[in-house]
Amino acid sequence: MEVIVAVIVGILFAVGIYLILTQDLLRIVLGTSLLTHAVHLLLMTMAMLKTGSAPLLGRGAEDIVDPLPQALILTSIVINFGITAFFLVLSYRAYQKLDTTDMERMRSESSRHRGRSQ
Amino acid sequence: MSLLHLLTLSPFLLAALIPLLGKAVPRLHTGWFAAALSALLFAALLGYLPEVRAGLPITESFAWIPSLGISFTLYLDGLSLLFALMITGMGALVAVYSVAYMDSSKESLTSFYVCLLTFMGAMLGLVLSDNLLTLYGFWELTSITSFLLIGYRHENYRARYGALKSLLITMTGGLGLLSGFVLLYVMSGTYRIRELFEVGAPLASHPLFLPAMILILVGAFTKSAQYPFHIWLPDAMEAPTPVSAYLHSATMVKAGLYLVARLSPVFSGTPEWFWLVSLGGLATLLYGSVAAVKQTDLKGILAYSTISQLGLIMCLLGLSSLSGIFDGEEQLLYAAAGTAALFHLLNHAVFKGALFMVAGIVDHETGTRDIRKLGGLAQVMPIAFTISLFGAFSMAGLPPFGGFLSKEMFLEAVVETLHAGVFDLHTWAALFPVVAWIASVFTFIYSALFVTRTFLGPRKKAMHGLKVHDAPALMTIPPALLAALALVLGLFPGLVAYSLIQPAAEAMMPIATADGGRIPVEIKFWHGWTPALWMTIGIVAFGALLAWSARRWTKLYTFFPRRLSINRFYDASLRFFERITVWVTAFYMNGSSRSYVKYILGFMMLVLGFILFNSTDVTFRVGAYAQIAPYEWVILLGLAAGGIAVPFAKSRPVAIILTGTVGYMMTLMFVFLRAPDLALTQMVVESISVTLYLLCFYHLPKLRTEQRAVRFRLPNFLVAIAVGVLMTLVALAVLGTNPFDPISDYYVRESYESAGGKNIVNVILVDFRGFDTMLEIMVLAVASIGIYNMIKLRRKATDVGSRHVSHDGDESEEDAAAFRNAQYGHDGPIEEAPDERGSAENEQLEPLETETSESEGGKLSELGEPDDRDSVSPETEIPRTKGGDSDA
Amino acid sequence: MPKGSDIFLQNVSKIVVFLVLAFALYLFFTGHSSPGGGFIAGLMSAGALLLLALAYDIETVRKVVPFDFKLITAIGLLIALGTGTGALLFGQPFLKHAFGHFDLPLLGDTELHTALIFDLGVYLAVVGVTMTILLTIGEDR
Repeated sequence: MEVIVAVIVGILFAVGIYLILTQDLLRIVLGTSLLTHAVHLLLMTMAMLKTGSAPLLGRGAEDIVDPLPQALILTSIVINFGITAFFLVLSYRAYQKLDTTDMERMRSESSRHRGRSQ
Repeated sequence: MSLLHLLTLSPFLLAALIPLLGKAVPRLHTGWFAAALSALLFAALLGYLPEVRAGLPITESFAWIPSLGISFTLYLDGLSLLFALMITGMGALVAVYSVAYMDSSKESLTSFYVCLLTFMGAMLGLVLSDNLLTLYGFWELTSITSFLLIGYRHENYRARYGALKSLLITMTGGLGLLSGFVLLYVMSGTYRIRELFEVGAPLASHPLFLPAMILILVGAFTKSAQYPFHIWLPDAMEAPTPVSAYLHSATMVKAGLYLVARLSPVFSGTPEWFWLVSLGGLATLLYGSVAAVKQTDLKGILAYSTISQLGLIMCLLGLSSLSGIFDGEEQLLYAAAGTAALFHLLNHAVFKGALFMVAGIVDHETGTRDIRKLGGLAQVMPIAFTISLFGAFSMAGLPPFGGFLSKEMFLEAVVETLHAGVFDLHTWAALFPVVAWIASVFTFIYSALFVTRTFLGPRKKAMHGLKVHDAPALMTIPPALLAALALVLGLFPGLVAYSLIQPAAEAMMPIATADGGRIPVEIKFWHGWTPALWMTIGIVAFGALLAWSARRWTKLYTFFPRRLSINRFYDASLRFFERITVWVTAFYMNGSSRSYVKYILGFMMLVLGFILFNSTDVTFRVGAYAQIAPYEWVILLGLAAGGIAVPFAKSRPVAIILTGTVGYMMTLMFVFLRAPDLALTQMVVESISVTLYLLCFYHLPKLRTEQRAVRFRLPNFLVAIAVGVLMTLVALAVLGTNPFDPISDYYVRESYESAGGKNIVNVILVDFRGFDTMLEIMVLAVASIGIYNMIKLRRKATDVGSRHVSHDGDESEEDAAAFRNAQYGHDGPIEEAPDERGSAENEQLEPLETETSESEGGKLSELGEPDDRDSVSPETEIPRTKGGDSDA
Repeated sequence: MPKGSDIFLQNVSKIVVFLVLAFALYLFFTGHSSPGGGFIAGLMSAGALLLLALAYDIETVRKVVPFDFKLITAIGLLIALGTGTGALLFGQPFLKHAFGHFDLPLLGDTELHTALIFDLGVYLAVVGVTMTILLTIGEDR
C-alpha cells in the first residue's frame, strides 16, 4: 500500500504545483489545499501504514500506529484551514477591488489604480 | 541570575515599561524615570568599588545557550567599572537635562526614552560582558539604538541621512568585529575574554592573528569614529542634543576605545598593533582638530573635537602597548600612557558633556547654533558662559582643570616614545611629539573659538529683538555639575586616581602587575620644567595668536580639494551600490509570483535530487508492506482521479467541489489508516471550507459564472510532473531508509504514565508539544484578525493609492536639497553667504516648514509624481535647490 | 443568506444543531482518552453554528450567540497561555501539566487534568477564529 500511496502523493503534488502555477487566483488557493493533502499523506506514509490499531491506549491493542505524524497532521489541518480561509478572503477582496482573479491582469490593474489615485 | 545581571538588564526592563508608565503618570515627564534608574545604577555600581579597587574582580555567570557554550557572563573589573560608572553617571545627568530639553507637549517622548534606556542597557552589557559573542550582541544593539536616536526627528532629511550613515558605517565595522571574534575563537577555542588572556603567547604566532587584529580594529575604529571612518559622527549631530552629549561624545563612541583597551592584553606587544592603533589615533587627532576649526555649527565643532579627542585616547592606548615588551622601570613608563588614556577618557566625558549641554542651551534659547550669528551672549547668559569657559579650558588643556593634567600626561607619553627604540621607532618616533603638538595647537584654537564666537564680541543682527536669557535651572544644573567636576578633577586628581584609574589601568595592562606590583598613578600639577610643560606653553602662545587672527587664515581651508573628500566617496559608493542592487534585483524579481514559485521549486528539486542520487545512505524500497483491502482501492483511485480532474474543471464551482471530494476522500483514508482524530477534523474542516468558498460566490456571483478553463502550459506542466516524481521518490526513499529509531515510542510509553491520557494524539497536542499548539492557535487568531481587517476595516474611497500619499509629506524638498548642497561642508571649505541664508531658514522656520512640506507632498502626489521619490539621485535634486533659494 | 429559505432545513437544523453541539461537548471532554479534543470540538461547534447560519441567516446566529467572537478567540488564547504560565508558579517548566484522580459526587472516580483547561483554551480559540472568519465574510456587503 505504501508504494501506491507514494504514487498518489506524487500525483497530488504535481496537480497542486500545476494549479499554483496557473493564473487564476482561486485555483491557486485550491492548489495549496491539494498540496496540503499530499503532504499529509506523505507524513502518514513515512511512519509506515497500518502497523497497528489506532493510537488509543487501554483498548487491549498489542500494536498501535505511530501517533506522532497524526499529531503533526492534526496541527497542519487546522493551520491549513486558517491559511486557506485567509487566501480565499484575500482573493475575494482582490476580485472586489480589481474585478479580476487573473494574476497577470491584477498586476496591470493595480498599477492602473495607483496611477489614477495620484 | 545575580544582582549584577539584574543591574545590567534593568534598563531593558524599564524600557519595556516606559509606555505603560507614561500612560499611568502622564503629568510626570518620562525622563525622570530614566534619570532615577541611572542614578540608582550609578549608586549600586559605586558599591562594587571597594572590591574592585582591592583587585578582586567580580564574575557572575548565567548559562544562556549552554549547548553552544555561550553563557551570559558578566565580569566587573576596574576597566569595566570605570566605563559603567561613566555610562550611568552621564546617563543620569543627560536624563535630567533632557527633561528640560525635550518638550513633552511637542513630541512623543516614549520612543525617545525607550531607545535611550535600551542604549544604556546595551552599553552596560557591552562593558560588562566577558563573552565575546554577548559583547558583540550588545555592540550591535548600541548601533541600532544610536541609529534610532539620530533619526528621532525622522521627518527631517538630514536626520535620516545621518542615521543611515552611522548605521551603515558602524554595522560594517560590527561585521568586521564579529569576524575578528570568530577568528579569535578559531585560534584559541574560547569566546571568553578571561580565557583568551590565558592562552597568551601562542596566539601571536598564529597565521590568523593579524587578520583577527585588523578586523577587530576596523570594528573599534568605526565605532570610535577614527579616521577615515569618522564621517558618520558629524552627521550624527542631527540627534537631539542630549543624545549627542550622551551617545556621541561620552559613551557609545568610547565603546571602540573600550574594546581596544579590553583586548590589549591579547594584542599588545606586537608591532602591528602598536602602529595601527597609535598611528590611527594620531591621524584622527590631527585631522579632527584641524577640521574642527573651520566648523561654523557649535555642535559641528564639538563633533570634530570629539573625533580628535577620541584619536588622542586611541593613540595613547597604542603607546601603552609598548609596556608589553619592556620590563621594570621602562615598562611602568609606558604603562603611564595607558593611565593617561583612561584619565583623559574620564576628563573628556566630563568636559565634552558640559560643552554639548551648553550648545544645547544656546540652541534652545537663541534658536541657532551657527557661530556666525552668535556672539556677545556672555552678558545675557552668564551661567552658560561660565560653564563653557570651564569646559573649554579643560578641553584646551589649561590649568587648573582635569584636561590640563591628562593633556600633560599625553605630551609626556609622546615624548617618551623618542626613547623607545623598538619597532622602527628610531626613525619615526619624532612623528609623535610633532603631530601631537600641532594637533594640540588646533585644539586650543577651536576651544577658544567655541567660547569667544559664542559668548564674546558684539551681538549679531540675527539676535536683535530676541529676548535671550539663561536656561531654566533643570537645564543648567547638569552641565554646571560637570563643569564643577572638571575643576575638581583638575584640583584633586587623587580622588579618582587611586579609586578608579589605577584599577582600570591594571585591568588593561595585567602584564605590568604580573609580578604583584601596582601601576603607580601619579597625577600631579607640577612636574618641574619638563618638555611637556614647554610644549604646553608653546601651545598656548601659538594657539592664542592663531585664534586671535583666525578670520585671516581660515580662508586657507578653501584650498582643500572637495572632490577627494571621504564624504564624497561615501555618497558615491552608496549610489553605486544602490544602482547595482536595483539592477540585480530587477534581474530576477520580475514581479510575477509564478516565477518565484518556480525558483523555489527549482532550488528544492536541485537540493533534494542531489541528496537522493548522491547519498549512499538512501535506498529505495518498493516492497509491499500493508495490505490493501478492495474498498481501499476505490478510495485510492478516487483520490488520484479527483486530484487529476481539478485542473480540467471548466468552472470554478466544479473545481472547488472536486477539491472538496479529494478532502473527503482524505477523511476516509484517515479512517482506514487508523487515525480517528484526523478523520473527524478533516471532515469538519472540509465542510466549513467548502461553505466558505460558497459564501464567497454568494457575494460575488460573477466570480462563479465566469467560465475559464486552465490553459495548458508545457513548462508549468513539466515543473509539476518533475516535482510529483521527485516527491514520490522521496516517499519511497524515506520508506527504505531508516537511519534513526522512531522517537514516537517515547510518546506511546509515557502518554498514560506521565501525562494521564489515553488518546496519544491528543496528549501530544496538549501536553508533550503543548507549546506548538499554543503557537498554532495564535497563528489561527492572526489569520482571523487578518481576515477581519480585510473585510471590515477597509479605507473609504481610494484605498489602493492612498498609501502613496501618506508617506509623501515627510520630506521637505528644500531642506533635503539645501542639505545636499551643504553636506560637503565638513570636509570642504567654509560655506559662503548662500549657505548661511539657507541654514537660517532651516533654523527658524522649522515647524512652519514641515507643515508646508506636507501640503507640498500632497500636491506633488496629485500631479502624478512617481512613487520612488526616496531614490531620486542627488544630481537631479541639485538644480531644484537653486530654484528654492531664489524663491527665498 | 436568504431569509427563510427552506422550512424543512430550518426545522431539521434546529434539532441537529443541538445534537452536534452536544456531540462536540462530548468530544471535548473525552478528548484525552478517546478521539476528540479541543480542535475537533471547536470545529464541530463552529460547524453547528454554521449550519444554523445556512438554515436561517447570519442575523439569527448573531441573536442566538450574541458574543463577539474575536473576544472569544482572545479569551481562549489567554486561557491557554494562563495554564502554561500557571506551571511556572509551581516551579515547573512552561506548559507542564498536572493531573490526579478525584472522587466527585455523581461522577465517581474522575481524572482531572490541567491539560483540559489548556484544551478549553484551544477550543475557545478555534470556535472564535472559525466564527470570526465565517461571520465576517458572511456579513460582507
